[in-house]
Amino acid sequence: MKKVYVNEDWCLACHLCEYYCAAANSGAANMVAAFRNGKKPVSRIQVEEGDKVNFAVQCRHCDGKPCVRGCIAGALSIVDGVVCCDENKCVGCGTCVLSCPFGCVVFDEANHRIQKCDLCLKNHDGEPACVQGCPNKAIVFEER
Amino acid sequence: MPVNYMNPLFEVVRDHDKCIKCRVCERQCANEVHKYDAELDRMVSDEMTCVDCQRCVCLCPVNALKIRPNENRFRDNANWNQQIMTEIYKQADSGGVLLSAMGTPKEYPVYWDKILLNASQVTNPPIDPLREPMETKTFLGKKSQAISYDENGKAHYEKTPYLELDVPIMFSAMSFGSISKNAHESLARAATELGTYYNTGEGGLHEDFYKYGKNTICQVASGRFGVFKGYLDAGAAIEIKMGQGAKPGIGGHLPGMKINDEISKTRMIPKGTDAISPAPHHDIYSIEDLRQLVFSLKEATNWEKPVIVKIAAVHNVAAIASGVARSGADIIAIDGFRGGTGAAPTRIRDNVGIPIELALASVDSRLRDEGIRNDVSIVVGGSIRSAADVVKAVALGADACYIATAALLSMGCHLCRSCNTGKCNWGIATQRADLVKRLNPEVASKRLVNLVTAWNHEIKEMMGGMGINSIEALRGNRLMLRGVGLNPKELEILGIQHAGE
Amino acid sequence: MRYVIIGNSAAAIGTVSGIREIDSAGEITIISDEKYHTYSRPLISYWLEGRVSDKNIYYRPDDYYEKNGVKTVLGKKVTKIDTANKSVVLEDGLSVPYDKLMVATGSKPFVPPMNGLDKVHYHTFMSYDSAKAIRSELKDGMKVLIIGAGLIGLKAAEALSEHNVDITVIDMADRVLPSILDARAAQKMQRHIEAHGVKFILGTSAEELTEHSAKLKNGSTVEFDMLIVAVGVRPNTELVADAGGKVERGIITDQTQKTSLDDIYSAGDCTVSHDESSDSEKILALLPNAYMQGEVAGRNMAGRESYYLNAIPMNAIGFWGVHIISAGSYDGEEFVEETESTYKKLVFRDNRLVGYILLGNVARAGIYTSMIKEKIDLNEVDVDLLKQKPQMMMFGKARREEKLGGIVR
Repeated sequence: MKKVYVNEDWCLACHLCEYYCAAANSGAANMVAAFRNGKKPVSRIQVEEGDKVNFAVQCRHCDGKPCVRGCIAGALSIVDGVVCCDENKCVGCGTCVLSCPFGCVVFDEANHRIQKCDLCLKNHDGEPACVQGCPNKAIVFEER
Repeated sequence: MPVNYMNPLFEVVRDHDKCIKCRVCERQCANEVHKYDAELDRMVSDEMTCVDCQRCVCLCPVNALKIRPNENRFRDNANWNQQIMTEIYKQADSGGVLLSAMGTPKEYPVYWDKILLNASQVTNPPIDPLREPMETKTFLGKKSQAISYDENGKAHYEKTPYLELDVPIMFSAMSFGSISKNAHESLARAATELGTYYNTGEGGLHEDFYKYGKNTICQVASGRFGVFKGYLDAGAAIEIKMGQGAKPGIGGHLPGMKINDEISKTRMIPKGTDAISPAPHHDIYSIEDLRQLVFSLKEATNWEKPVIVKIAAVHNVAAIASGVARSGADIIAIDGFRGGTGAAPTRIRDNVGIPIELALASVDSRLRDEGIRNDVSIVVGGSIRSAADVVKAVALGADACYIATAALLSMGCHLCRSCNTGKCNWGIATQRADLVKRLNPEVASKRLVNLVTAWNHEIKEMMGGMGINSIEALRGNRLMLRGVGLNPKELEILGIQHAGE
Repeated sequence: MRYVIIGNSAAAIGTVSGIREIDSAGEITIISDEKYHTYSRPLISYWLEGRVSDKNIYYRPDDYYEKNGVKTVLGKKVTKIDTANKSVVLEDGLSVPYDKLMVATGSKPFVPPMNGLDKVHYHTFMSYDSAKAIRSELKDGMKVLIIGAGLIGLKAAEALSEHNVDITVIDMADRVLPSILDARAAQKMQRHIEAHGVKFILGTSAEELTEHSAKLKNGSTVEFDMLIVAVGVRPNTELVADAGGKVERGIITDQTQKTSLDDIYSAGDCTVSHDESSDSEKILALLPNAYMQGEVAGRNMAGRESYYLNAIPMNAIGFWGVHIISAGSYDGEEFVEETESTYKKLVFRDNRLVGYILLGNVARAGIYTSMIKEKIDLNEVDVDLLKQKPQMMMFGKARREEKLGGIVR
C-alpha cells in the first residue's frame, strides 16, 4: 500500500506540509480562505524539529491499528487499509491519542473531535497535499 | 553613525490580506529578514539584509510576498550613478576591496544577441528532428590529421584520448567549497544521466563522488587542492585551470570558516585555514612550462586521459590559445568575461577580460590559419544562456559549451549574487548544514537533466531548420550566422556577414 | 462451529472480529439482556449531554450483524451456563448450545448500602436505559446530587451541566478522579470543574437519605430533586462462578482469555487482567482493553493461538474541554511539570517509563503509552526530549526509520 514517508535527510522544518494539510482538510476553497480571520485549521501532519534533524510525522496506517481497536465511538475504521475517521461519530474523547504509538492523532478542539491523516482520500487525486507541498521532496508517497 | 547608513537595496512587499503567518519566510531566510511580531500578530521585515534571492517568495504558500528594488534614491546623476555612489560609501566605511559574486551584471554587449541564425527555404530543405535522425553527439580531443593504410588495407592513424559527449554541453568547473556537496552530487548525477561531464573545479573530489568518475573532469589549479594520483585517475579528463573568465589574472580565496571537516579532507588542507589559490601557477611562466605540466599529468595517468587547458578570454587570447594548442593539450577551454564566480573583486569582475564570442571567433580563426585547429577541441563558457547561444557558439567554431550559471539556475539559484556571504538560501553556494540540506540532489539532478535535455531538443530544432543533421557539421559553419547592429570591425572579428548580405 | 457470546459491547464485538479473522463460516450468536443494537457504553454521557444523536450512539453500523453473520438474541438474560451440555440457559428457559462460549458480561453499577436508600428514587449511570431514564426525568432548575466523583459521576455531571440544573457531587475520597489522578492533578481538575458551576463536597458520605435530601456525615445536608449513584462498578462474574469457573475480583483467564472452564472464554470489564506496568492483577475496565481481549479470545476460539499481553491501565477522558490522559503505574521516581493550565507527571522505575499523567496538554500521549507497553529502556532514548514532550525525536535514527519509514536495517 502506498503511504506517506518522510526522509529526514531532506526535511527542512519549513512546516509547509502542515499548512498544506490543514488547508486541504479545512474544506475551504484555498489556503488564504482556510486561515482567514485568525482561523487555525488543524494539520494532521506534524513536524518535529531537532538540532540537526527534522521530520514530519503522520499516521502510519500501521498494522496494529490500536486507534481503531480502541475507538469508543466506532468512529475510526479501516477503508482499503487506510485508517479513516467518521467525523460525525467522533466525540473527541482522546482514546486514540492515548493509543497511537506515533502520536499521529491530533485534537480538533474547535469541533470536539480528532483529526488524522487519511492520505487525502477526500481532497486530492493521487498525491496527498503534504507531499505536493513539500518544497524539497522530503515527503514522498510510495510503496515500501 | 548616520553617515554610514546604507540604503537597503530591496523592499519587501507583503500582502497582509493574504499572509497566513505560517512563518515559512522567517524559517527559510538565512539573512533573517522576516520575523513574526507576536504583539502585532503579524509578520514584519527588516529589509536591510535582503539579497533578493526570492526564496521566501517561492515558498510562500499564498503568494503574499514581492521583493522590489528600493525606491529610495540618491539624487539622480548619470555619471555618479546609484551603484557608484553606494560603492564609494561602502569603501569609505570599510577601507576594503569590494567583493562580488556571479557574472558581471553590467551592460556590456552580448554578441550572442546580435547574431542571427539561418534557416533553409526551398533549396536544401529543413530537417524535422522528430522524424529524422539528428546527431548531437560530439567528441573532444585531438583529431587525427592523416590516415595511412598498410599493405593489407588496414587503416593507421594516431589515437589520442578523447571525451565523448552525448550533448554538446558540459557543466563547467565549480569547486566543492564554492558550492555545496549536494550541488556537486546533483551535477555529478545529472552528467552521468546525460552522458556528459561535470567539473570538480579546484576543490578536489569528495570521496563519495568517485563513483561518478567516468563523467568527471578533474581540475588542477594553482592551489593544487586535493590533487593526488587517485584524484587524477578518478576522472575522465584533467583540466589545468590557468584562468577564469570572471576574474582573469586573479587567484581564489575560500575563507577558513568554510573549510569544514569534509572540505578540509577533500582539499587536503587543515580545517579552518584559508584556501588560497595563487594568481599564477608558480611553476608555469611559459608555454614550455605549461607543456611540462600537461605532459606530467599525462604521464601520471598513463596517457589515458585527455588534458584540457582552461584560459580566461583576454586581449591576446588567440595567441595564447595557439600556444596552448602547441603545449600538447587536447582541449582548450575558453572562459568569457561574463562568466560566474563564487567571489571576485568587483572591479576585476566588471572590468577585466573580453566577451567570449569575440574570443572564440578569433581563437578559431587563428588556429585554422595556423593549421592546428584539429590538434585541439575548443570548449567555450562564460555566460551560455540558452540553446541558441550553444548553436551560435558551435557555428562560430566551438566543439562544445560549458555551462555553470544556467546549471545553477536550474537547481534553484536566483542570481542574487551573494555567494560570497556563504548564506545561500537555496543550498547551493553554502556549507551551512541546515542550508545545504535545502538542495535535494534527487530534485536538483532531475532539473539539470531537464534543462540540458530541453536545450538539446532546441539545438536539434535549430540545426534541422538550417538543414544540418549533425552538430559536427555545424561546427565553424559561420555562413549560418549573420550579425545585426554590429560594426564592420566586430563583423570582421566574428568572421560573419551582416544580416542582409 | 457454534460460537455463543454473552454480552453485546466492546468485548463481544472484539470477539466477533477475532473469530471472523479466521473462521468466516462458523455460527455466531450474541445474547444480551439489553435490547439495543450494539452501542457504545462510554457514549451515554455524550448522548445525555446532547452531543451524540440517537443514531450515533451505536458502536457499529446498522448492518454490522448481517455483514458479520451474527445472530442476535437481544433483551434476554442468560441465567446459567450448563457446562455439561455445553449450552447457555436463557431466562425464558430456552437454551442455546455452544461449542465455544464467550462471557463478556461486563460490569454493573455498585450501589453501597446507605441508610434510607431503599426508600429513595435514584439512578445509576451505566447503560443507555439508565441515561434515558435520567433524561426523561430532567426538569429545568432541578437540583441533582451525584454520589461519586469518579469517571462516571463526573461524566454524568458534565452531561447534566448542559441542561439547566444545579449539580452537587459528593465523594468519600478527598479528591476527584482518585482512580486516575494524583492529588495535585485532581486539585487542578476540581478547580476547573468548579468553575463550570459544579459544587463538590469531598471527604464525606451520605449518612441518611430521605426523599429529597441527604444528610452527610460531616453534619451538613444537601437537598436534591434527582439522585445519581455513581460510586463504582462490580464485574458480572456470577455466570462463570456458578458454573464452577475460577473467579477472584473478576473472572480469571489465561493469556488466551480462556477461563478455567473448558471452551469458555471471557473478556472485558468482567475479567481480571495482568497489569504489566505494576506487575499485578487488576480489573482494567477500559474499552480498548475489552475490545482487544475479545479479539484475542475470538482468535483462540476459532482455533488460532493468540495471546493478550502488555495490558496496562490507561485512560483518556475530558471534562469541559480539559483533556486528561493517563496510563501505567504511578509507583516510581517522579518527574513533574506544571503550568497554570497543564500538569505532567512521568513515573520512572527500573530505568523505564512506567506511568504518566497528562492534564491539559495531552498531545501525542500515545508515544508515552507505547514506551510503557514496549518497556523501552531509557538508555535507548534521549531522556531530556522524553521529559520535554512525547516525540519521535527522542528515539535514535535507526528506530525512527523503522517506526516511521518502514525501514529495518
